[in-house]
Amino acid sequence: MSALLEIRGASKRFVKRLDAAAKIGNLFGAGLREEVVHAVDKVSLAIAPGEVVGLVGESGCGKSTLGRMAVGLHSLTEGVRLYKGRDMASLSAQETKAAQLGVQMIFQDPYASLNPRMRVDDIIGEAPVVHGIVPARQKSDYVADLLTQVGLDDGFARRFPHQFSGGQRARIGIARALAVKPEFIVCDEAVAALDVSIQAQVLNLFMDLRERFHLTYLFISHDLGVVRHLADRVVIMYLGRIVEIAPTDAIYADPNHPYTRALLSEVPDLTKRRRAYIPIRGEIPSPLNPPGGCHFHPRCEHAGPRCAVEQPALREVAQGRLAACHLNDGGTG
Amino acid sequence: MSQQPALSTATPVLQVSGLETHFAARNGIVKPVNGVSFSVSRGKIMGLVGESGSGKSMTGYSIMGLIDAPGKVVGGSILLDGREVRGLDAESLRALRGNRIAMIFQDPMMTLNPVLRIDTQMVEAIQAHEDVGRHAALDRCRAALAQVGIASPDQRLKSYPHQFSGGMRQRVAIAIAILLKPDVIIADEPTTALDVTIQGQILAEMQKLCRESGTALIWITHDLSVIAGLADQVCVMYAGRIVERGSVDDVLDSTAHPYTLGLLNSVPSRNPRGQRLRQIPGMTPSLLNLAPGCPFRERCAHATRECLEDPLLEPVLGHPTDAASAAHQVSCHHPLQTGIST
Repeated sequence: MSALLEIRGASKRFVKRLDAAAKIGNLFGAGLREEVVHAVDKVSLAIAPGEVVGLVGESGCGKSTLGRMAVGLHSLTEGVRLYKGRDMASLSAQETKAAQLGVQMIFQDPYASLNPRMRVDDIIGEAPVVHGIVPARQKSDYVADLLTQVGLDDGFARRFPHQFSGGQRARIGIARALAVKPEFIVCDEAVAALDVSIQAQVLNLFMDLRERFHLTYLFISHDLGVVRHLADRVVIMYLGRIVEIAPTDAIYADPNHPYTRALLSEVPDLTKRRRAYIPIRGEIPSPLNPPGGCHFHPRCEHAGPRCAVEQPALREVAQGRLAACHLNDGGTG
Repeated sequence: MSQQPALSTATPVLQVSGLETHFAARNGIVKPVNGVSFSVSRGKIMGLVGESGSGKSMTGYSIMGLIDAPGKVVGGSILLDGREVRGLDAESLRALRGNRIAMIFQDPMMTLNPVLRIDTQMVEAIQAHEDVGRHAALDRCRAALAQVGIASPDQRLKSYPHQFSGGMRQRVAIAIAILLKPDVIIADEPTTALDVTIQGQILAEMQKLCRESGTALIWITHDLSVIAGLADQVCVMYAGRIVERGSVDDVLDSTAHPYTLGLLNSVPSRNPRGQRLRQIPGMTPSLLNLAPGCPFRERCAHATRECLEDPLLEPVLGHPTDAASAAHQVSCHHPLQTGIST
């Protein structure tokens, strides 16, 4: 199975450079250093054509950064990004452009991601005209067709974003991503801002479009219920690293990593009444100064001395299942 | 159901009846709260559930006396511990708010003043209502912060809001709400913006708080699965009215209103994996000059001519748990048969 999009050993580090004052301070022995955030730390992930991969983690775990790296909005500090088996860095300018068009993104905030001063017509129609997918004079027909595809009235084309509700804006964001005929779409918390009933409508739209256009999704969400419904495979991230990858049914039935287990037990469930919440201890640590060894060990109930010093490798624990925990490999002692 | 009798005999600490809030717009009247009645007892948690625009937050603001012009609470009564608080003058309301009844808002960044340290804001809240010295007040602040699970309260009191994470900020907002041990706390989607892990921690603390201090809690949310795990009672709101109410078990297991069922069926876990979700068709109606009759009829599969008349909130008949049937009420001309809530 050759992957449509693959990321191999990819890292993203954000460096806060020293400003002039700090440099002068250092001349006098202040000893200030550059601050480095390891947002994504040596992550490898391959996504097959037609697959829906759910990417789950808490705020600050690097899941949005990874999504932006997959789309090409963030450069990779190290590692390679392959599209249809070819390294993106080695492509010619022409080929890069074609490959970039094949990978699109739907953003988290349907309010902030649409230019308030552009009409829907231009928001959706600008990119396909610029890239020569449709001639300029056919733009309005093309936009009207896309609006119908995402379940909006084609008469909305002359309106501005503020004239729409949250659910309608989410649909405009989807139409914009579809306009350049992508094969792969990264959805970054695309339904997080919506009410349950509107969320159901948009999730249905995602499933319809997947079938109609044979799309592949990387679906980023913190909502395990949504991911369970949509995804074929689930990736759990914690503090910049992948801790578990497994097919959806397997991960919900039998989570391997202690973090996955803790996350799943927190999911609100209609069938659990007046439950006693037993939360995970503490909060996600700062990525500026992550704990050594396994990043999760300060919050883990199974942590032993080995977890504080040695980083567990992401290894196969069953057919098609990967997890990074010392419990799978000789214990934590 | 063993707790039902105790629940009905306890005198409610907050009793809202026939509450109506209107906003005068240029081309008509918007009625975000249109005859809402409910009551909450000490130590109990009531979930107020609805979509955006259903009037659930406006109900909270109306109780707190936070409605500004052009809005006005035009009818109904709000009894706090038997005392009418609707129509009180600004001075008496100020004595009540934060002291006997407190509200936690969705966005903690807007609740906290960004240019004041946490200790300043917390001490101010205490000294506004009680004649205590700064040291005694600080002791209580520390205790409240510890109660909501903030480690090293002493150090945290000296911090500014921007130095906290979102979850920590919401905890501070909750700590301020519980400082004066109010009778009622109204929480308006306080965990919607937070991760599930942080949400779990905050829900755990709120449950403990209600059990220990006897505070009544109104939890406003659009997420029925949170309510399932947290609340004792549920009121489902649609277009400014309560369309169904009852115990969590009654409303979620013996759902009577088609809208409640629609909300429940929108939750992914209630649908076979990978298949289309059973969505509610259409959109919430505009509350401007809403026509009489059941506001849900346009989206409802069971609607008939009868639905052009306003349905009343009436006890669900033929209920399996008959003792509780008076507590389970629905406002629908064609309530669903119990037991088909799949």
